[in-house]
Amino acid sequence: MNAGIPLVYFLVTATLMFFVGVYGFMTRKNMITILMSVELMLNAVNINFLAFNRFLFPGQLEGHFFALFIIAVAAAEAAVAIAIIINIYRHFHNIDVEQADEMKY
Amino acid sequence: MTGNQIMFIIFSAIIIIFSILTVTSRRILRAATYLLFVLISTAGMYFMLNYEFLAAVQLTLYAGGIVVLIIFSILLTSHIEEKFETPALMKRVYAAIASIIGAILVCTTLLNYTFTPGTETAKDVNMNLIGNSLISWGEQGYALPFELISILLLAAMIAVIVVAKKVKTK
Repeated sequence: MNAGIPLVYFLVTATLMFFVGVYGFMTRKNMITILMSVELMLNAVNINFLAFNRFLFPGQLEGHFFALFIIAVAAAEAAVAIAIIINIYRHFHNIDVEQADEMKY
Repeated sequence: MTGNQIMFIIFSAIIIIFSILTVTSRRILRAATYLLFVLISTAGMYFMLNYEFLAAVQLTLYAGGIVVLIIFSILLTSHIEEKFETPALMKRVYAAIASIIGAILVCTTLLNYTFTPGTETAKDVNMNLIGNSLISWGEQGYALPFELISILLLAAMIAVIVVAKKVKTK
């Protein structure tokens, strides 16, 4: 079981993934690509939860279940975000964050 | 070098390279495809940690569900042929500086901290155990968060229908 791979390697991979997501969140303008960056960040956090659970507390399952609940929350979040994006597209005819600057009917 | 380590290196290389491509690609459909690769190798990471159930959930829910949802909304809202213009240079530089500083800070903290590995015997995470934990309470029981998640999913479902419903024009 996970022979020869230290915990830190998983954490460093997740850290890099998280900050690539942060970079995308700050530079992108299209709302769907911003949503994709958020998904990257959520996945990095999930890897962290599972690695900590497996290496530091192997007799318990807290990390496992929190990762499961994070996946459910992420699915709900993606669905709501895409509904809002499609609604914004109906009003502004594009999904650029810089052009959608008013929220009134 | 064992096979496990080679697999880990392949998975983490795919994750890092394709997540960078996801946030820099100028064609939106390609960005979504790169995101799919990232999510699949994340499932591979879960397999390496011996959480088979969660890896299967990751494959079906993320790689199967969310990516398809994202691709659908891309097809509804964007022209696929269209390329994004590259973001302004100063914006890219500032964002890169912020994220690189953050990454260096977190990585140095991680590498300087000594984690004490757990000594308990590892639990075999099978479906029986997962199902029983989700409906029990007290020690090692997760009935309350399970109920909360189900209410959240119901609320999200209703909210999505209300938000995305076409408003009648008078």
